[in-house]
Amino acid sequence: MNINLTLFAQLIAFVVFVFFCMKFVWPPIMAALNERQKKIADGLAEAERGMQQQEIAEKNAEKQLSEAKQQASEILGQAQKRANEMVEDAKSVAIDEGNRIKEAAHAEVEKEVNRAKETLRTQVSAIAVAGAERILKKEINANSHQEILDDLAAQI
Amino acid sequence: MAGDTITSTEYIQHHLTNWTYGKHPDGHWGFAHSAQEATEMGFWAIHVDSMIWSIFLGAVFIFMFSRAAKTMTAGVPGGFQNFIEWVVDFVNENVRGSFSAKNDLVAPLALTIFFWVLLMNLMDLVPVDLIPRIAQEIGAAFGADPHHVYFKVVPTTDPNITFGMALGIFILMLYYSIKMKGLGGFFGELAFQPFGKWGMPANLLLEGISLISKPVSLALRLFGNLYAGEMIFILIALLYSGGIIWGTLGGFLQLGWAIFHILIIFLQAFIFMVLTIVYLDMAHQEHH
Repeated sequence: MNINLTLFAQLIAFVVFVFFCMKFVWPPIMAALNERQKKIADGLAEAERGMQQQEIAEKNAEKQLSEAKQQASEILGQAQKRANEMVEDAKSVAIDEGNRIKEAAHAEVEKEVNRAKETLRTQVSAIAVAGAERILKKEINANSHQEILDDLAAQI
Repeated sequence: MAGDTITSTEYIQHHLTNWTYGKHPDGHWGFAHSAQEATEMGFWAIHVDSMIWSIFLGAVFIFMFSRAAKTMTAGVPGGFQNFIEWVVDFVNENVRGSFSAKNDLVAPLALTIFFWVLLMNLMDLVPVDLIPRIAQEIGAAFGADPHHVYFKVVPTTDPNITFGMALGIFILMLYYSIKMKGLGGFFGELAFQPFGKWGMPANLLLEGISLISKPVSLALRLFGNLYAGEMIFILIALLYSGGIIWGTLGGFLQLGWAIFHILIIFLQAFIFMVLTIVYLDMAHQEHH
């Protein structure tokens, strides 16, 4: 329990060990610790960024999806309208066509009737002349009675 | 274990005597053969056992940490590296918490103090008779009288060791005080507080005492705690010579005290480190 040279021997040993620690132990350990800290911080930041990007992408996808849905319904509506229009068009065209055909038929019928009337008329005059010849037993000059015959035919 | 011919007093005395190499009163250098001879040597003597353990444990500390530092990676740490990192982190946290100035010396200093003192304190947990007994056998093999082979294994129970470290810290305190505040500023701090310049003698006395008391209390606290712990281990060891009942009781007592002592071992190493940091921080501050 005496104070003696040991004091200074220990002082020297203390200085030496502290020096060693300061030169060779502390700096590499601190460097490694700081590097790891940086690595972890970087990794966390990276993860954060990734999450944000994912969120943005999700939002984008949602937007695009809703847009596509809207477009699809628009297209569907247009197509419906178009189809209705086409049906309407076709209907009116068909009606027109039918009317035209009907009119043509009417005209044809009328023409036929007129022609038949015409033939009938000529025949009637011929029959009337023949009938009158028989009755009168003499030839009638058709030309001299043309006026009467025409008058007759017009009455039919 | 008290030996067959020596008394309890002799046994305790034997355990408290360092292995001393020094200058005998008659002028020649040699080992002291008794506590009295060691005392007579006065200042020109060195405690060989304290120095062996202190330097050996310091070397263990440097070896452990420099090996870890060499294989250190920033990737996933292994078990050993984890432990080293835990210690370094612990010290670093304390330094950052208590030391506000910028100084690259303080953190490694704190780490050295903490771990080295811890290792030296841990020697207290080795059974008190084990290593001295081995030393006695070795000494006897070399032809020395076993009763004159002294071997203390806990360096921190030697006031020289604790005062040696406290002295180093005191020198650093003075150095940084003068470096930071200048010689005049440091003197002013001692002379013009707390009573102003007309109370200079009183100021010098008060501040001088408070300055000196820092390293002294630092050294004495560590020494006192460990010395007392060692003493109790020695007293418990005395029970082993009292027959089987006392011996069994002694065994339990030793176990209990050792478990409790672990707390003191860590606490004293920690306190020594923290106070070092705080004192050096004070040396860096303009006023405290």
